Amino acid sequence: MVGRDRALSIVTKAVEFSEADQTEAVVRVTDAYLTRFSSNYIHQNVGEHNVQLSVRVALGKRLGSASTNAVDEQGIRECVQRALRIARVQEENPDFASFPAPEPIPEVGGYFEETAECTPDRRAEGVARIIDAASSRGLQAAGAFSTAAAELAVANSLGVRAYHRWTTAALNTVIMSDEGSGWAAALAGQVGDIDPQAVASRAIDKCLRSAHPAALEPGEYEVVLEPAAVATLMGFLARLGFSALAVQEGRSFLCGKIGQRIVDERITMWDDATDPAGIPMAFDFEGVPKRRLSLLRRGVAENVVHDSFTAGREGKKSTGHAIPGGFGEPMPTHLFVASGEATLEEMIASTRRGILVTRFHYVNPVHPVKTIITGMTRDGTFLIENGRVTRPVKNFRFTESILNALNQVELVGKDRELHGGRLGGIMVPALKLRRFHFTGVTEF
Amino acid sequence: MRQILERVLEAARREGAEYADARWVDRRSQVVRTKNGKVDRVREDHSRGVGVRVLVDGAWGFASGSRTDEESLMRIAAEAVRVARASALRRSDPPVAMASVEPVEAEWRTPVSEDPFEVKLEDKIKTLLDADRIMRQVEGVKVARGSIAAFREDKIFASTEGSYIEQSKTEVGAGIEVLAVSGGEVQRRSWPASFGGNWAACGYEYVRQLDLPSRAEQTAREAVELLDAEQCPGKVTDVILGGSQLALQIHESCGHPIELDRVLGQEASFAGTSFLTVDKLGEFQYGSEAVTITADATIPGGLGTFGYDDEGVPAQRVTIVDQGRFVGYLTSRETAGRVGLQPTGAMRADGWNRIPLIRMTNINLEPGDWSLEEIIRDTKEGILADTVKSWSIDDRRLNFQFATEVAWEIKDGSLGRMLKNFTYTGITPEFWRSCDAVGNKEEWQLWGLPNCGKGEPSQAAHVGHGAAPSRFRNVKVGVGRW
Repeated sequence: MVGRDRALSIVTKAVEFSEADQTEAVVRVTDAYLTRFSSNYIHQNVGEHNVQLSVRVALGKRLGSASTNAVDEQGIRECVQRALRIARVQEENPDFASFPAPEPIPEVGGYFEETAECTPDRRAEGVARIIDAASSRGLQAAGAFSTAAAELAVANSLGVRAYHRWTTAALNTVIMSDEGSGWAAALAGQVGDIDPQAVASRAIDKCLRSAHPAALEPGEYEVVLEPAAVATLMGFLARLGFSALAVQEGRSFLCGKIGQRIVDERITMWDDATDPAGIPMAFDFEGVPKRRLSLLRRGVAENVVHDSFTAGREGKKSTGHAIPGGFGEPMPTHLFVASGEATLEEMIASTRRGILVTRFHYVNPVHPVKTIITGMTRDGTFLIENGRVTRPVKNFRFTESILNALNQVELVGKDRELHGGRLGGIMVPALKLRRFHFTGVTEF
Repeated sequence: MRQILERVLEAARREGAEYADARWVDRRSQVVRTKNGKVDRVREDHSRGVGVRVLVDGAWGFASGSRTDEESLMRIAAEAVRVARASALRRSDPPVAMASVEPVEAEWRTPVSEDPFEVKLEDKIKTLLDADRIMRQVEGVKVARGSIAAFREDKIFASTEGSYIEQSKTEVGAGIEVLAVSGGEVQRRSWPASFGGNWAACGYEYVRQLDLPSRAEQTAREAVELLDAEQCPGKVTDVILGGSQLALQIHESCGHPIELDRVLGQEASFAGTSFLTVDKLGEFQYGSEAVTITADATIPGGLGTFGYDDEGVPAQRVTIVDQGRFVGYLTSRETAGRVGLQPTGAMRADGWNRIPLIRMTNINLEPGDWSLEEIIRDTKEGILADTVKSWSIDDRRLNFQFATEVAWEIKDGSLGRMLKNFTYTGITPEFWRSCDAVGNKEEWQLWGLPNCGKGEPSQAAHVGHGAAPSRFRNVKVGVGRW
C-alpha cells in the first residue's frame, strides 16, 4: 500500500504532465497474498505488490490509452506520452463526450487493518485447521486462503480527485474422499469474520454425504439451489444483459424490455457498492460515485448500468459502472438479490422429487440473448424425495435459459451469502425452482 | 541485472532457502480495436517486475514486486523465505524434491521478420477499417469489429543452481467479428477464430498474411445467413470438427487433463482434477488408433513455443497419446520428481507476479491422411461445425459440451444447408475413441489461444494447438431446448 497522498500524487502528476484537452489517470495498488493447499499440505504460497497506472487522454475526440507499473516521475511521463502518441494518430471517436465531472464521493468504509496486516503464519494456521479436520477423518483437503489490500485513485483534468482503499479475505475448500467431494467458502472484508473451522465443517459434511453417488437420468427436475449456485445464475444474468452497451448493440435480452416483467415477481436485484454487507467501493474506474441502482424490482427490469461512454451516447449520466481498463463495457459488480421467507430446510421439505445443488462448475453462455447457459453441478449434488434428502447423485450437466429458470421460482431463501464476483461480490439467497433442465450426467 | 539477481538469490540462500529462482519480466502489449467504422480502442500496456520463488526445508514460498531496485528485491527475497517458512506448518510428506536438471546459460528469442511494435498505428487502423467497411456493407450486420494485437515478453531467469537464461517472446493476433441481429435473434461469426482472431508467435508478417479485408464479406454474409438458418436438431450423428473448434476440443479434453499438477490434485479446489490418473499412464486407451497427440514447445510460430520454461528446463516435443494409447504428461521438476518421470519443460508463469504452473505448450493432434473433401465425401449423414462459441467441461475433464458459431448438414457426402446454434456433448475418451478420420498435413494448422485460465490467483497462459478437420462418429448434438 502506498497511502492516500502517494496514490493521489501519482494520478495528479499524470494529469499535470499531459497537454491533452482532457486527461484521466487511474492508479490501482495491490498487496495480495494467497496460501493454497492440496492433498493436505500447503503447495503454493504467494505474495504480490503492484502499482499500476492507466492514463486516457483526449485530443478533441481523438483518444489514446496507456498503462505502466513504473510510477516514478519518468515512468509517469512516458506513460502519458505514449497515450498522447496514440491519440495523435487516431481517428475521431464521435461517441466520446467528456470524462466525468467531479461529484461528492461517499464514505463507504471497507478497509480493515486486520486484513491488510494478515501474516503468512495466520493464513497457514487457518489452512492447518481445515487440513487437520479433513485428515482426522481420512479425507483430503484442497483450497485457498487469500487476503488482500487494495487502493484505487482517480484524477482527471475536470477536477476529479478520488481515493478509496479496501480489503478482502477469501477462503474456499474442496474436501475429497475416494467416493465423493464437498465444498464450502467464505468471503469478507475482515479476515476475522472468516471461520476456517466452520468452512471445514460444512465442506466435510457435504463430502461425507456425497459418498457413492447414484447415476440419475437427466431431464427436468425440481431444484433447490444453494446460494453459491444462485450466485452463478444471477451473475451471468447481470453480465449478459444489464450493460447499456449490450442494449445499445442489440445483443441484450433487455432490448425493448425495460419496464416489463421478465422473471418471477419474487426476484428483486440491485447493484449497491456502498452497502457494507458486500465489499464496498466508493466510486468506479472513472471516479464516478457509487450509488444503489435497481436492476430488477419484483421481476420487472428497471435499469441498465452505464459508464461515461454509453451514457454520453444517450445523453444520460453515468451510473458509476466503468470497469478497469477503460473503453470496456460497463458492468454491475456489487449485486444484491432480495431474500425471501423460506429456510433451506423448508425448501427441501416442500420438494416431492428434486435435486439439491451445492454449486455449479465451469458455466458458460451458449446463447447470450436467450440467456441459455450450460455447466455442471459439483461437490455436493443430492436427490430429494418426499421432502427429504435421500442420496447423493452423480453430477449433472444443465443447459437452461436463466430467464426461464427465474420464471419457475417457488421459494426464496431467507438467509443470504456473499459470493465472489469480478470486483465486489454478489449477495444471494437460496432458490427453489419448479423446473430446471439437466441435459447430461457425468461419471462421478 | 545479472549481478542484482545473483545477489538477490544469494540473499535468499542466506535466509535459509535450499533453492531459489528469480524472474525479471518486462511485458508490453498493444491492442488496436475498431467497431462500426470507428476506432474503438488503442491501448498500450506495460508491466515489469521481479518474482522470487524459494524452497525452504521442502516448502515453497513466492513473493513479487514491481519495484526492481536492489533494496526492494532484497525485501522480496526475504518475504519469499518468510512465506515458505509459513508453508512448512503443513508441509508435504515427503518434502518437495525437484527432479534434477543441468544448469543452463542461454539466450532465446522468437524469430521476427517485421517487429509488430514498429508498424505504424495508422497502418493497423487502416487494415481494420477496410475490413470493417466491407463487413458493414452486408445488410443485417449490426456490429462489425476488428482487432490487431501485439505482445512482447522479455524475461531473465536465474537460479541458485547456476542457470541464467534471457528470452524474448513476440506474439501477434488479429481477427474480425460480426454480430447480426434480427427479430430477437443474435448470431456471431468470427474469422479466423473467435478469441480475438488467431494468434502466432512471430512478427507482423503474420497479420499481413491473414489479409483481414479479404475475408470480411464472407464472414459478414455467414453471420447474416445464420439468422435465418435452421435450428440444429437434437440427435446422434457423425460430426466433422473444423480446425479451430478441434483446437479447443484438444485444449479442454486433452491439454488440461495431462497437466501432472492437476492430476496430483493441486488444482482440485479451482477447476478440478483429471480422469487421467497416474495408474493410467501407458495403459489407457484414450482415443482411436487415428489419434496421436504431441506436446511440442519447439514448433515454429506456436504460442506455446519457447526456448526454456520458467524452471530453466529446455523446450521439448513429447508424445502424449500414441495411436490412441495415453503415454505422457506435461510435468514440472516437482511433479516429475514425485512420480518418477522426467521434467517436460512445461512450467510457465503469467508474468513477474505469478509462480510458474504446468501449462500447455503446443498440444497437437498429429495429421492423418484425409483431405476435408474426402472426409465429407465419405460421410453419409452428419454435420460439419467450426469456430468456438461456448465451452464447458466437468471437473475431471470427462463430460464436455461445446457450441460452435456455424455448422452445415452433410447428406450423402455433400455439404447441405447451414445450421445455427450447433452444440455437441460427450464423454472425453468415448469421444476420442470415435475419431475415425483425421485431416492431413495440408489441412493442418497451428491455432493460438491467448487466454488459457488456471490457478489461484488466476493466470492466463498463451498456448497453441495444431489440428486438422477430423471426424467423430455417433455424437450427441443439438442439446437443450430452443
